[in-house]
Amino acid sequence: MNSILKLVAQRIALSLMLLLMISVLIFAGTMILPGDVAQSILGQSATPEALANLRADLGLNDPPVTRYFQWLFGALQGDLGNALTSGQDITSAISTRLSNTLFLAFWAALIAVPLAIFLGLLAVRYKDRWPDKLISGVTLASISIPEFLIGYVLMYLIAVKLRWFPSVAMINDGMNLWQKLNSIALPVAVLTLVVLAHMMRMTRAAILNVMQSAYIETAELKGLSTFKVIWRHAFPNSIAPIVNVVMLNLAYLVVGVVVIEVVFVYPGMGQYLVDHVSKRDVPVVQACGLIFAAVYIGLNMVADIVSILSNPRLRHPK
Amino acid sequence: MNDHLKHLAREAALGRMGRREFIGRAAALGMTALGASSLLATAAKAAGAQKGGTLRVGLQGGSTTDSLDPALATNQVAQSVIRLWGEPLVELSGDGGIESKVAESYEASADAKVWTFKLRSGITFSNGQPVTAADVVATMDRHSGEDTKSGALGIMRSIVSVKAEGDSIVVELDTPNADLPYLMTDYHLIIQPNGGKDDPSAAIGTGPYVLKSVDMGVRFVAEKNPNYWGDLGNADTIEYVVINDNTARVAALQAGQVDMIDRVPPRTAKLVDRAPNISVKSAAGPGHYVFIMHCDTDPFANNDVRLALKYGIDRQDMVDKILNGYGTIGNDTPINASYPLFTELEQREYDPDKAKFHMQKSGYEGSILLRTSDNSFPGAPDASALFQQTCASAGIDLEIKREPNDGYWSEVWNAQPFCTSYWGGRPTQDQMFTTAYLSTADWNDTRFKNEQFDQLLIAARGELDTAKRTQMYADMSTMLHNDGGLICPMFNDFVDAVSDRIDGWVDDTKGYPLMNGYAPMKMWVKA
Repeated sequence: MNSILKLVAQRIALSLMLLLMISVLIFAGTMILPGDVAQSILGQSATPEALANLRADLGLNDPPVTRYFQWLFGALQGDLGNALTSGQDITSAISTRLSNTLFLAFWAALIAVPLAIFLGLLAVRYKDRWPDKLISGVTLASISIPEFLIGYVLMYLIAVKLRWFPSVAMINDGMNLWQKLNSIALPVAVLTLVVLAHMMRMTRAAILNVMQSAYIETAELKGLSTFKVIWRHAFPNSIAPIVNVVMLNLAYLVVGVVVIEVVFVYPGMGQYLVDHVSKRDVPVVQACGLIFAAVYIGLNMVADIVSILSNPRLRHPK
Repeated sequence: MNDHLKHLAREAALGRMGRREFIGRAAALGMTALGASSLLATAAKAAGAQKGGTLRVGLQGGSTTDSLDPALATNQVAQSVIRLWGEPLVELSGDGGIESKVAESYEASADAKVWTFKLRSGITFSNGQPVTAADVVATMDRHSGEDTKSGALGIMRSIVSVKAEGDSIVVELDTPNADLPYLMTDYHLIIQPNGGKDDPSAAIGTGPYVLKSVDMGVRFVAEKNPNYWGDLGNADTIEYVVINDNTARVAALQAGQVDMIDRVPPRTAKLVDRAPNISVKSAAGPGHYVFIMHCDTDPFANNDVRLALKYGIDRQDMVDKILNGYGTIGNDTPINASYPLFTELEQREYDPDKAKFHMQKSGYEGSILLRTSDNSFPGAPDASALFQQTCASAGIDLEIKREPNDGYWSEVWNAQPFCTSYWGGRPTQDQMFTTAYLSTADWNDTRFKNEQFDQLLIAARGELDTAKRTQMYADMSTMLHNDGGLICPMFNDFVDAVSDRIDGWVDDTKGYPLMNGYAPMKMWVKA
């Protein structure tokens, strides 16, 4: 168990280093983009005087390195600062957005992950027969269609024609859980369709791989039912690759859903980040970028730890 | 129109007087039968207005980076939200005239150099504070001071001083300007307590609604201001939802989640109109889509090259294919019939032979680079491709470079010599010309520098004789038409759509989107 703790500690230290490097990259990246925040705020109505005044007001005349370190010291003390464009406090703005994003990702994952694994098991059980082909066909089709198109199709059929669920997934604090779930039904459905195939195919492949082993044959010869063999003997030994794929998809559900957010007008992190990138609002871009990076690093770390725990050979290295 | 006539119209609308009797009595007051009927129709609509309910609007163009500070408002959503809680001194009316808001009346000195605005008495801000002349002076000061960030700075430059005088303010200009009230309708110039100097984004103003919930770029909820001085505002609650995606916005209207949307894409507008519970409303306005050439950069410095390109564009084809008929053809001036002192010029037609002739005369050979992007106007890359084809038949080689949306307004527009763009238009010729065609204008995006034009523009401002002034503007339009760097193929209509859950739409004669942003307040939810 000690080795695990040591590994986690190492990983966390490495992650912090990574985050620092990422913050430099994001800052440099936003600097390279043409135009600056003052220009973007005033847009077509910019006059030279107004631009100069706004730049001075926002502290854009300091050299970039100074601005980076000012930001870094603030961030290390837990102060992410205020958005340059709207002047809002970034911490509070992001916390609402992030909780919305996590809310959507949670419900999508709650449906998609068990469904994908179950469908994967089912596909193995009926390998090369019609249920396997049907499952693969449908999930591969849904991952191949661009997600905004699936969004539009569901919106037209379910929101406009049948009027079962709303087309605008607007949630706010005044709603109870049931109203919120009703509101996000369509984006959850689309996200489920989008992430299903990847996880399902990996489950199927990983288990089929294990199914070739001699001990599975033994289990079959013992007279166990096929499904029991898969569930009790094959699945535990193929957990590592499945968890890896599941984590990648969870990370996607948190950081990669901006298209779905735009189509369904969902107030999540993706749209928030894109708006601020286009306005060159560096502090917000930094904050969002770091959160996204942390999500990726964290979920990958969980995947690694789970694969180690699930494999005795890695748990007790010689 | 006098009050007696209005009273009669209301009586008739409520059925207390017959229609025939009303028209007769109106005629006795000097009104034509046609005028009387239209007056009756307006009164009937207003009399039917129902109070209460929630009106939901889906808008395009909002972003989480928006600010509630009127000085920094640029997009459609920010402007619409401002109109809920705040008011300028005066506002544009539906027929292109001026409507009084915080200022009850105004008058100019004989030379139009000093203007006096008399403030409405007894009105208060939504925080209960009375509106004083000092607040108005502070507002003007905040938008024109040395350290201002305001988007209104450009139009405030001609103002020398603003002083409070009792319950009036006196505005002194450096040169006479007969159009000053139009400048005061600018959406940045919202009257705020102490001019908004203490808290510019507090959203406290004299408007008919008060903001209750603000989620930038997502949703705004406003409730009726119980102490509002006027009778504007029917719904108890107005909800604005930002839906930037075109398909999603139309779907939200079709699914009944919102009652009104703006910017219906012209391509699908006719399809949307076919739905039984939805009607599409379009308004012709001063907005136009343009191809702009820098008059001081080769090869466009040669007027023959400019003329060749002007003859090389098929305007009707663009209106048909890019606007799907929701618009009118342009004539290489920024002015159309929606301007008060408009004079029609001879229409320039697509003429490949003339284009070829002018190109040869200019002596320029080689290709011409046109930069475009999706956000320079809806359908700009397609319009550029059409332009390329019509130019090709005149032997002109147009090369198109697609630029990214991001950074287009800072890197390409007003920086590169030939690109696509759009203008929303201005309420008056003076303002449009001053903004973009005066030699010294910041946004002179065609680099048009013509001394005679500048002199005429300044002279026209102080000219109080309408006939003379109209002629001056016609001359200026002709100069742009013949020498300018502007290729204006089309004026776009504003296309909105409303559901049958609400009523009270009135077609403005001078169009802006959503009845100049007032549709949510002027319309009502049907009981």
